[in-house]
Amino acid sequence: MNYDASCPLTYADIVDAYFLEHRAKVLDIAAFLDRLERAADGPAEKDDFRVAALREALLLLSDGDGERAKRVLDLLSDATETMPQSAANAKFALGAAPEVGQ
Amino acid sequence: MNYIEPHGHMVSRTTADYERMALAGCVAISEPAFWAGFDRDSVKGFYDYFRQLTEYEPARAKKFGIAHFCWICINPKEGDDPGFAREVIEIIPDFLKKPNVLGVGEIGLNKNTKNELIILEAQIDLAVKHNQLILVHTPHLEDKRKGTRIIMDALLNHGGVEPDRVLIDHVEEHTVAEVLDKGFWAGMTLYPETKCTTQRAADIIEMYGTERLWMNSACDWGISDPLAVPKARMELKRRGHSEAAIKRLTYDNPHTFLSQSPNFNLPG
Repeated sequence: MNYDASCPLTYADIVDAYFLEHRAKVLDIAAFLDRLERAADGPAEKDDFRVAALREALLLLSDGDGERAKRVLDLLSDATETMPQSAANAKFALGAAPEVGQ
Repeated sequence: MNYIEPHGHMVSRTTADYERMALAGCVAISEPAFWAGFDRDSVKGFYDYFRQLTEYEPARAKKFGIAHFCWICINPKEGDDPGFAREVIEIIPDFLKKPNVLGVGEIGLNKNTKNELIILEAQIDLAVKHNQLILVHTPHLEDKRKGTRIIMDALLNHGGVEPDRVLIDHVEEHTVAEVLDKGFWAGMTLYPETKCTTQRAADIIEMYGTERLWMNSACDWGISDPLAVPKARMELKRRGHSEAAIKRLTYDNPHTFLSQSPNFNLPG
């Protein structure tokens, strides 16, 4: 679909309104990744699947294509087609599907 | 400007929240039945909860000039025990006759299990047989896209469901188009961390339009904000959207969908 000019704000307006907030969010991600390396038990030999999925999602942000939010959500989604009989022993939703980060 | 909170779990909120919502312009709340943070172990527990939704909350809202409506169901999380869920479903028809009940909801899926699907299908059938509107909960986080698709298949496979009498809630960028394309209404839930932020909700509106779309706060027992809808209106205003468009999203659209129930009547 074509979403050109669907936001009423100009490019400059958008930057002025939102840049600092999103600068802070990028710094939060950077600090989170640094924190993982400073973990009390040392950095993990292999990323947790959620962290691996996050790293993969970050690559999408700078690939030059649009609909980044949708594509990140698609990346983090469970792509399996099977249904368990019950939720017994199921974990709460974790934010990424295990197969994404493996 | 008046607004409608079309999905608010007021049993989780203080009376001060009712006051704050009234001060912000809220004139009506619709409250779906949901998982209260723990599994109830008796049908009587649900009976008491449904009485709270149909008797106590309307009285609490009325003190602040807010009309209170609700939806009745067994939620998908507790629906994972089909035997117990069927016992709860047996008491639902009596509550559908209460004057502030708008329909069956929020039904749906939680962990996308076969048990949950059995109870979802039973409650879809219940809604159709009693000519009720349907409000749908979609799963959280990584389960959402798969669950939303299974739910839509169940609704359309029933044969008696009219999509424009169903609202599918908690849509995000990866589910909104499919929901609207199939003729359902879509709801965006404004949460600080999961679901949609006010900025992303405004983005979705800009990309997908204002038809068959509403915004709600959910404002349950989790980290949530009962003033999320007025804050989203501020975001839309900040971006230069018209007063008419903002009113359409936060008053006219919920009013249009909910008015399909004969019980949805606003004073004045």
